[in-house]
Amino acid sequence: MARVEAIPPQTAARASGAGVLRNACWSVAPLITPALALIAWEIATRSGDVSAFMLPSIGAVAARLAADLGSGDFVLNAALTLYRTFCGFAIATVVGVGVGILMARNQWAHWFLDPIVSVGFPMPKIAFLPVFILWFGLFDATKISIIAVSALFLVITATLAGLQGVDRELIWSAQSLGAPERRLAFEIMIPAALPQIYTGLQVALPTALIVEIVAEMLMGGYGLGGAMMEASRELNSPDVFAGIVEVMVVGYGVVAGMAWLRRRLLVWHQEADSPATV
Amino acid sequence: MAPIRTTRGKLPPSPAALAGDNPLARVLVRYAPLVLLAALWEAATRSSLISAHVLPPLTGVCASWFRLVANGELIANGLDSLYRVGLGLLLAIVVGSAAGLFMASSRVVNAFVGPVVRMFYPMPKSALIPVMVLWLGFGDASKIVLIFLGCLLPVAISAFNGARGADMTLIWSARSFGARRHQIIGEVIFPSALPEILAGIRIALATSFILLVSSELIAARKGLGYMIGMLGDGGVYDAMFATVLTVAMLGFVADRLYLALMGRLLRWRG
Repeated sequence: MARVEAIPPQTAARASGAGVLRNACWSVAPLITPALALIAWEIATRSGDVSAFMLPSIGAVAARLAADLGSGDFVLNAALTLYRTFCGFAIATVVGVGVGILMARNQWAHWFLDPIVSVGFPMPKIAFLPVFILWFGLFDATKISIIAVSALFLVITATLAGLQGVDRELIWSAQSLGAPERRLAFEIMIPAALPQIYTGLQVALPTALIVEIVAEMLMGGYGLGGAMMEASRELNSPDVFAGIVEVMVVGYGVVAGMAWLRRRLLVWHQEADSPATV
Repeated sequence: MAPIRTTRGKLPPSPAALAGDNPLARVLVRYAPLVLLAALWEAATRSSLISAHVLPPLTGVCASWFRLVANGELIANGLDSLYRVGLGLLLAIVVGSAAGLFMASSRVVNAFVGPVVRMFYPMPKSALIPVMVLWLGFGDASKIVLIFLGCLLPVAISAFNGARGADMTLIWSARSFGARRHQIIGEVIFPSALPEILAGIRIALATSFILLVSSELIAARKGLGYMIGMLGDGGVYDAMFATVLTVAMLGFVADRLYLALMGRLLRWRG
């Protein structure tokens, strides 16, 4: 919370030496907690109270990370994970936006799909993974379809809410200027709903990644989650911890990439920057 | 909100108009699509259009649901799962909202806790499942801690954003009336952050069910997720479908109950 302090200019100038120091302290402060955590980790592993199995040393994990990077395992696993995630996410985006538009424009489609969407939205879709395995087998088709289903309802809901929230005046003006249906949809409705649709996509993509990692852990087939589960079965804890770091990097990259794209795509919108968690 | 009408001229009769004003008819019309889907499921499987190995008939699934309830399996495992998800979520709500409020009202706390929260927030929480198994084994603790950690950050971030949005005039007035810091946090900042905290908890609720089912599918000896995996491996598909639908309905009912609670808690906003 900003504290309001009225400092006369002379005092501020005199205190500038201390001010610089204080600013330096504030800019270092965010690094202190991660640094302390790393030091505590190192002390815990050195002291011998915590077995290397429960908590491998930082050096062991770093060596594992370097090995994964050097051998190309990290790139291969990350690429496979991202490939499946984005396939499912792309299907969910196309189908979800399409269904959302259909529901907003056709009453019968709305009547038929609304109870399905409102029941399906809060369900833990991951529970259907064994069913999908039964239907689609043990390969990528299953993973991609469970991801698509998990992300789909988020996209439909966001699209529908976005389209229904479009300013009536915008629609009426376009209609009174004689805009035909198609132009009304593509030049007014969808652009006006885009910020909200994009927010839905920003929620859907991390969800897709969570589901992909669970699917890999359960089904194998390489990928970051699959590699971690294999390491866990072999009781190879440095690999498990390295896997967490790798998943973190990929997750951070995906979320930051979506936020970057939002700033570029929605430059014209005042909420181009939200959600501002990364 | 009604769908936007853009076509001029005569519209087809709307489903809502067909139902009229009778509340029972409205409910029937609203949920008719689900009944239609259920009938389609039953018809497709009975006519052996779809093999029972791919999709057991709905009546068979219902029969095994009643059998699983009667022999106590579904209820015992369901209670195990609800205990895990309930405790994990409760801890996350308490710790997360406190962390978010303190982050927003103290620059020092924000400087120390904020970076950690922002660093771990985008991480897919399911990646923690193997570590939880290494540290805490196959029992309740590994699921509870996983759900706690996974739900903590959404709650903390929403509390932080909500508290940051608190009206400064209210805080200044409280301060000028001599309110102490903990009073300002408890009586001014917390109520004004409440809508956003509650919205964050709804996201956490959905996340908690995902994490519960995932961790039970991957490494557990009881719980609904474990049951689904066991029944699927054993090829008892009608019982597996019954359990899957139970988990899905639990998630749905939890969300609906939570929405009702949220409405009550936010009544004062009008």
